[in-house]
Amino acid sequence: MEEVKVYSEAVQYIKIEMGTEMFGIDISFVDNIVRPQHVTRVPNVASYIKGVINIRGEIIPIMSLRLKMGLEEIEETKSTRFIIIKMEKYGKIGLIVDAVKEVVALEDNQIERVKVDTSDEITQHFVSGVGKVDGVLVSLLDLDMVIMEKSAKEE
Amino acid sequence: MDVSQYLEVFIDETNEHLQNLNTQILELEQTPDNMDTVNEIFRAAHSLKGMAGTMGYKRMQDLTHAMENVFSKVRDGEIKVNSAMIDTIFQCLDAIQEYLDNIQGGGDEGTNDNAAIIKSLNGFLNGEAPADDDNEAKDDGEAQGTQTQEATSDSGKNKWKDIKLAEEQIDVIDAARKEGKNVVGLTVYVQEACILKSARAFLVFKALEELGEIVVSVPSTQDIEDERFEYEFSVILITDATVDAAIAAAKGVSEIEDAVGGLLEDVEASDASQSKEEDEAEVTLPEVTTGAVAATGKTSDTAGNRPATAEKKKPVVNRTVRVDIEKLDDLMNLVSELITAKNSLVSAATADNEAANDVGEHIEYLENVTTSLHESVMKVRMVPIESVVNKFPRMIRDLQKKLGKKMELYMSGEETELDRTVVDEIGDPLMHLLRNSADHGIESDVNLRKERGKPEEGSIFLDAYQDGNNVVIEVRDDGNGIDVEAVKAKALERGTITEEQANQMSDKEIINLLFLPSFSTAKVVSDISGRGVGLDVVKSKIESLSGEVDVKSTLGVGSTWTIRLPLTLAIIQSLMVVVGNEKYAIPLGNIQTIESIRPDDVKAVQQKEVINLRGNIIPIIRLSEILDCKSTKAEDEDLVVVIVKKGDKQAGLVIDELTGQQEIVIKSLGKYIQRSKVISGATILGNGEVALIIDPNALI
Repeated sequence: MEEVKVYSEAVQYIKIEMGTEMFGIDISFVDNIVRPQHVTRVPNVASYIKGVINIRGEIIPIMSLRLKMGLEEIEETKSTRFIIIKMEKYGKIGLIVDAVKEVVALEDNQIERVKVDTSDEITQHFVSGVGKVDGVLVSLLDLDMVIMEKSAKEE
Repeated sequence: MDVSQYLEVFIDETNEHLQNLNTQILELEQTPDNMDTVNEIFRAAHSLKGMAGTMGYKRMQDLTHAMENVFSKVRDGEIKVNSAMIDTIFQCLDAIQEYLDNIQGGGDEGTNDNAAIIKSLNGFLNGEAPADDDNEAKDDGEAQGTQTQEATSDSGKNKWKDIKLAEEQIDVIDAARKEGKNVVGLTVYVQEACILKSARAFLVFKALEELGEIVVSVPSTQDIEDERFEYEFSVILITDATVDAAIAAAKGVSEIEDAVGGLLEDVEASDASQSKEEDEAEVTLPEVTTGAVAATGKTSDTAGNRPATAEKKKPVVNRTVRVDIEKLDDLMNLVSELITAKNSLVSAATADNEAANDVGEHIEYLENVTTSLHESVMKVRMVPIESVVNKFPRMIRDLQKKLGKKMELYMSGEETELDRTVVDEIGDPLMHLLRNSADHGIESDVNLRKERGKPEEGSIFLDAYQDGNNVVIEVRDDGNGIDVEAVKAKALERGTITEEQANQMSDKEIINLLFLPSFSTAKVVSDISGRGVGLDVVKSKIESLSGEVDVKSTLGVGSTWTIRLPLTLAIIQSLMVVVGNEKYAIPLGNIQTIESIRPDDVKAVQQKEVINLRGNIIPIIRLSEILDCKSTKAEDEDLVVVIVKKGDKQAGLVIDELTGQQEIVIKSLGKYIQRSKVISGATILGNGEVALIIDPNALI
C-alpha cells in the first residue's frame, strides 16, 4: 500500500536538450510535440516570440526558449521540435527546443529544490528544481515563469 | 424539483411570450374587438403563467394569473377592452419583464409583489362583472390560483369519467363492445417531481397501446406532447386486457405516482352527462378540479423554497441560437456530401494513374461542398433583427404618452438577418437613436409642424436591409433636423472647438461633433434622452461591431441616421497582399481602389508622404515600415498603393505585391500575444500557413 502511494507521487517529465543542458517539462502541460513548420512572424512583439503557427485550425504563438533564456539563437536542425504546452491562463503556446530526448519519471525525493542564492540567472528565473536521472542532472522548468516572465535579456 | 437546467429555455420562451404580448396588445389597442388578438393574448398569458408556475416563480405566476383572468373575461365578452386596461396591462408586462431580468441576473425573481398591478387587474374583473354567480366563480379562480382545462368534477380521482366523447368515438366504442372487448377508462397521475412529464406520459401511452387502442385522451395527445397538462391525464382504452392489467401497465412506467381506472359502462350516460357538463363548464370556467388545486398548492410550496437555494446560484444563462431545423438538415446534408467527396478522393489516390486524373474533378466538387457548407454554417449563426426591433413600437407608444407628442413608428425589413453576436449588441444603439428622434427630432410644437407643412403626427421610420456584405439600418424622422448653428454654438461654449476651427469646419464635421462624449444639445434634459450619454455610446458600440454610423440632416425637414454593419464578423472577403515576402490580408470592405503610383509622384507635406489622386490629397503609409520588414521592391519601381477608407478619411497603403481576393475565416491570435493595433487577427491559408489580417482602421 505504502509503496503504491510513493510510486503515484512520481511526476513524468519530458526531457529536452537546450545547448549542453537538459531540462524537464511537466508532461501534464504538454499538449503536443510537432516538427518545425513555417512560422508567420508577428510584427511589433517581444523578440523571443517568433510568430504564430497553425495546428489543426488553431493559431498558436511560438516562443524561442533559447532567446527567452538568454541563450544564443541557433539555426533549426533535424532534431528541433516545437513543444506545444497548454496553460490555463494563456491557452496554447509553442516552445522551440533543440531536441526532445525522452520521458522520465521523477519521484519527489529525486528532486532537489533550487536554492535562491544560485548565481545562474536562468536557473534563478525559470527552474523550480533539479532532478537526477541516470547520473545526468535535469533542470525542471517552471512553466508559469517561463511563459510569464520577461526574457532574461529583454531590454 | 430541480429546474435549473430549464432556466435557459424558460428565459428564452418568456422573452418570446412577452414580446408577443407587447405586440399583440399594441394591436389590440388599435382594434379592441379583434377576437383573434384576444385569443392570442390569452394563450400567451396562459403559457407564461404555466411556465412561471413550473419554474416555481410564485410572484410572476400570480401576476400572470391576474392578467390571464382579465383576458379570459375579455374573451368571453364579459368585459370590454379600454385604454386604462391597456395601460395597466403594459405595466403588468413591464413588471413581468422585471421579474425576468431578476431571474436572468441571479436566478431569483425578486421580492416585488406588484400587488398594486394585481389589484387593478382584479379591479377590471370586478368593476364590470355582470352577474353574481360569475363573480363567485371568478373569486374562486383567483383564490385557487389556477384555471381548468377540464370540466368540473365530483368524481374524485377517476377523472376519466368526465371525458367527453365525440359521436364517432362512441361509434368506435360501441363496435369494440360488440366484438367483446373491454373499454377501460384510466386516469394517470404523474409525480410532481417528474421533470419530463410528457416523456413519462408518452411511455404510458406506449405501454397502453401495447394492450389495445387508445380512443381518446384528455388533454389531447398534442397538448400532452407539449407538456400542456398539470400532473394527470385520462384516457379511454379499448383492449382485450382487464382493467387491472391496464392500470398495472401504466404504473409500470417510472415516476408515475398513481393510476386509477375502471370499465366504461354506459356510453349513453356519459354522453348525456357530457352536454350537462358542457353547460356547467361554460358557467364555471375559472373553477378548478380538486386535484389541480392540490397540485398548484404544492407548486407554490416549492416556489416558497426556491429563492433560498437559488441565491447561491450564479446566472447560468448561455447565449443560444435557435436554429431552424431546415438549416440543420442542410448542414447534415453537406457534411455527408463532404464525406462522399473525401471517399472519392481516397479511392482516386489509391487507384492507378488513370483514375488519378479524376482528382481534379473531385477536388472541384469538394470545393463546391465546402463553400456551401461554409455558407450554411454562417446562416445558422444568423438571426433576424426582428427579435430586437419588435420591442420598439411599444417603446414609441410609451414615449408618445410621456412626451405628449403624437408620433408613429413605421418599420420595414424586420426579417433582415444578422450574426447573432451583432443582433445582441445592436438593440441599445438603436434604442438610443429612436429615443433621440422621438425626443429631439419630432417637434414638440404641433403648430410648428403645421407651418412646415407636415402632418400633425410625427413619423419615425426604422428600415433595415441588406446591401452587399453589409446590413444597413436606418432610423429616420420627419422632425426638426439638426440645427448646425446650435451645435456649433454649443461646441464653442463648451470649448470643444475654437472659433477658428468652427469657421473652417463643414456642416458635416460639426454634426459629427454630436458623437463626441458628453455632448448634448438638448435645451431641456429629460429622462428620455439628453444626458449627453447616447450618441457617443452609439458610435463606439457600432464601431466595436466593425460597423459605422452616419447622419444626414436637413434643418426643418428631418434627420436620417444610418448604421452600416458587416453581415458577419467571422468570415470576410479580403485582398491578399505581399509585403516583404510575407503574406497579409486586408479586409475588402475597407478598400476603395488599388493604384499604381510612380515614385516621383509621392510628395512630402509636413514630413508626411502624400499622393495626389485625381485631385484628392491622400497620405500614404508604407506597410513595410509599419510591419517592421524589408520591402522587396527597388526604390525606382512603381508603388502599388491600396487606397483604404474609414468614413470620409482615406489613406494609401503601400504594398509589394497583390495576390488576389479570398474569402477568409478570422481567427484570434490568442491571449498570449499582445495584439499590436495594426493586426486584427489571423487566418489560415490554403497551404496551412498563417497570414495576419491588417486592420486599416487602426492605420488611418
